[in-house]
Amino acid sequence: MLKAINRTGLVFFPAYDWSITPDHPEREERLLYTQDQIFEEGLFDIEGITEFKAEVIDLKDVQRTHFCVPDPAKVMTESHFISAGGAKTIGKAKMDGLVDRGFALVRPPGHHAMKVVHGGRGFCNVNNEAIMIEYLRHAYGIDRVAIIDTDCHHGDGTQDIYWHDPDTLFISMHQDGRTLFPGSGFHKETGGPTAAGTTLNIPMPPYTSEEGFLTVIKKVVLPVLEDFKPDLIVNSAGQDNHFTDPLTNMNFSAQGYAELTSLLKPDIAVLEGGYSIESALPYVNVGIILAMAGIDYSHMVEPEYSESKLRQSKSITSAIEKVCDEVLAVWQDRENIRVRMQKNVIYDERKKSVFYDTDGFIEQQHETLQVCRECSGSYKIDSTAEGGMHVLAVHIPRKACENCKKEGYRWFEETPMGTYDMIMLQDRPEDDYRVRKK
Amino acid sequence: MIIGLDVGGTHTDVVLLGENGIERRAKVPTDTSSLFDAVFSGLEQITSGIPAGEITHAVLSTTLTTNSIVQDKLPAAGMIVTCGPGIDPEAFRTCQHYYIVNGAMDHSGREITVLDEDAVRNAAQSMKDAGIEYVGVAGKFSIRNPAHENRILEIISPMFEKVFPGHSVSGNFSFPRRITTTFLNASIYRVHKEFFEAVKKSLEQKGIDIPIYILKADGGTMDFDTSVDFPAQSILSGPAASVMGSIAFAPPDAETIVLDIGGTTTDMAVLINGVPVLAPQGIEINDYKTLIRALHTHSVGVGGDSTVSVEKGHLFIGPERRGPAMAYGGPEPTPTDALFVLGKGGDGDRRKAEEGIQKIADQMGIPVEETARRIFDQACREILDYAKEMVSLINSRPVYTVREALHGHSINPSHLLVLGGPAPQFAEHFEAISGFRVGKVPQWDVANAVGTALSRTTSELTLFADTYKLEASAPEERFQQKIKPGFTVSDARSLAEDLLRKKAAREGANQQDIETDVLEELAFNMVRDFRMIGKNIRIKMQVRPGLIHQYQQIAGRIKNGEA
Repeated sequence: MLKAINRTGLVFFPAYDWSITPDHPEREERLLYTQDQIFEEGLFDIEGITEFKAEVIDLKDVQRTHFCVPDPAKVMTESHFISAGGAKTIGKAKMDGLVDRGFALVRPPGHHAMKVVHGGRGFCNVNNEAIMIEYLRHAYGIDRVAIIDTDCHHGDGTQDIYWHDPDTLFISMHQDGRTLFPGSGFHKETGGPTAAGTTLNIPMPPYTSEEGFLTVIKKVVLPVLEDFKPDLIVNSAGQDNHFTDPLTNMNFSAQGYAELTSLLKPDIAVLEGGYSIESALPYVNVGIILAMAGIDYSHMVEPEYSESKLRQSKSITSAIEKVCDEVLAVWQDRENIRVRMQKNVIYDERKKSVFYDTDGFIEQQHETLQVCRECSGSYKIDSTAEGGMHVLAVHIPRKACENCKKEGYRWFEETPMGTYDMIMLQDRPEDDYRVRKK
Repeated sequence: MIIGLDVGGTHTDVVLLGENGIERRAKVPTDTSSLFDAVFSGLEQITSGIPAGEITHAVLSTTLTTNSIVQDKLPAAGMIVTCGPGIDPEAFRTCQHYYIVNGAMDHSGREITVLDEDAVRNAAQSMKDAGIEYVGVAGKFSIRNPAHENRILEIISPMFEKVFPGHSVSGNFSFPRRITTTFLNASIYRVHKEFFEAVKKSLEQKGIDIPIYILKADGGTMDFDTSVDFPAQSILSGPAASVMGSIAFAPPDAETIVLDIGGTTTDMAVLINGVPVLAPQGIEINDYKTLIRALHTHSVGVGGDSTVSVEKGHLFIGPERRGPAMAYGGPEPTPTDALFVLGKGGDGDRRKAEEGIQKIADQMGIPVEETARRIFDQACREILDYAKEMVSLINSRPVYTVREALHGHSINPSHLLVLGGPAPQFAEHFEAISGFRVGKVPQWDVANAVGTALSRTTSELTLFADTYKLEASAPEERFQQKIKPGFTVSDARSLAEDLLRKKAAREGANQQDIETDVLEELAFNMVRDFRMIGKNIRIKMQVRPGLIHQYQQIAGRIKNGEA
């Protein structure tokens, strides 16, 4: 009889009645063949593997993480509430001790959704992992969390949400941003002045194969996790590094994903992208589940696999070695980097424009962080969406000092409405969310 | 008139149903070592003196196949399996003669490895040499493309008594369960066939030549000829018999929990508007997980004869039963004894019952009457708690669409329907302590046999259609057909309904009783290279478990007889 070595929970929510558009990659059919493969393997019958029903998150869960403009209902579809709910269900099952590990196989995905949300980008509207993590921090009091994003696209949304959070380690390994959406995730992006080093990016050249991925895991991810000592490891498990994916150019495999999962040992994995719905997803998903459960996955080889055809070139190998060294250097030097970045700075400002490719508009942001030596600092984001609203979003961090709390409230209460349509406040110490409107 | 016979652990109940309701009834002891005698003497008693022409058919629910599996008394059978990417198929080994041969289909039914026919022949020869007569064949994704299974059948069928194809057992995905179910069919085939042939023959010798139907775990019946191809469908029909026996007395427009209070356990099930809820997967027996449809039933270790004990001042009821109640000569106090103390007992020995409950009262340090009240109250509450747990389990089944997740139906039963020995006393107290409306099943002691007699033939069918490949297939019917461009979901639904009706009729259903439901209907746009190429359609339909059309008259008589 098969038995899972690690008790593993699964939420399977394929949203068979939801799509972005009928022929969009993010459509009803996406997880159909994955379901067929999972059911045909009999995974839910294996002792120690349990399927949970996805719950539905509420507004509070969204507002703890995001500033939705004008409100969650306007930027989310019903499916987003369940998809994030699936991640939350798995998180709770883990924290309640019902399972050792869990995998939320849900759609739509979420890792391109940033702190401020005006609409959909990269097929994402809200960030499933962040919503889950902030819920678990609130309900179970966990503190340090590591998110390892193994989707082929840079997890720019998750990076944005945790840019100023030194208690959340975010590592994204992805296809080089010069060759793929969203065009970011370079190794010099390492976090804001109070959290430098807890954002790490490892861009990899197109056509990287198993060898390259596993090198990054072994050389960078595992040693950094060892240092960071997280309470919880979350894997943003995108499956679009597969050699058959239609939107990307990598050469990863089902065996590779399974091995990556056994090395990483995530407490919770959440499905992100992956659009080779017939040739990759059924095999990669089953491989990941078997690896999480600690069951032999050596027979999980996809029909089109060929080791010799997929081998990576020497130049790819050396490019990966180089970026690994550079990222590790940042990690080891993070304290000094923070000191340098904070020197003589009271307010740290950054400006950026955010492209909402799914909904087709651009947002301009101007962010101001109160650089604090006591805590990670309150920040405010002045945000204007093209043809949309002009808002001010104020965030008081979870462990804010008294001074930063005061500053946050001062921004929220005393900023004149002027041209703003709304001013919002996310008070994490009090788990409160407030809105001022014209 | 219809014969209904249900073999239980201790007794076999038989009824003869006709225009006047229960025309005749019999109860004979069950001797598991000689099941045939119990069945035969039950049938003999019920039919003696009845003109042979007046009996139309008999429906039997026996423990034959269940017992053979539980006691592991099965003739050796063999398996040939084909696999493909995934879990090592060695993990699903069912028997010594289990051969894995090369050949694989993918999830969409495309061949990814050709069948190794030499390996099939070698495997067959080894089994033949070992004296194996019955063989199952199961392939991963064979329900999407049965070509390999069919080819194996072609090659090896001439060599064996009977070969069972895996894709016809169910349209549901699960390679391990397909292996197990096919293996069980092959293993119990001979035991099953010989038994019912013997029953049929002895009836014929008495001049009664009637069709014999066999009850399945989903509360439906199948005729004998069908059962020979799928003998495993007869496993665990017992719980279904009682549930089907109570349907006629359940409100037709409410959600009801059925509680069958026995000596050792209380068995429970849920009816939605008189239709029983099915289990999500299939029967599990010993270590076998199968694709055999079954009603969703739960059994809990609280019954009329459960042993009552005290530990650290707390009352415990069950899960053991050490014998009958003390009032009936048993060794330990039970909830039935508590009923005697409360003056609600039957014709047993009240003094003995009081002695037993007094022992408990002494340990609790409270008066005997109060003790009896507490015991009975706790037994009722524990049963209700389990029933609520079962409902919440059904409600927590995962769903895969936004519509079901947000607006899906949640079961919230308003009625209880009670049967079993102490049903009247329990029913009264259930009503007093819960918000349920409580009813009793009349003639509860033969409800199982009545349910067996009145159940209709059920059947299930899955249809896959692909408007790109222009193919439709229904694995359970071993059906494959080309379809025309422009084939729609509603075309698929009609095709599925048509196939299901034919299947049900062939398996013994009366046309009037074929009431169908669409259990699942999915249609997906298939997009390849950013272009819509067709639709992937899936329809799952069933003949709804229920009672034959003559039931109302018969049930009406039973009800009036009780009043």
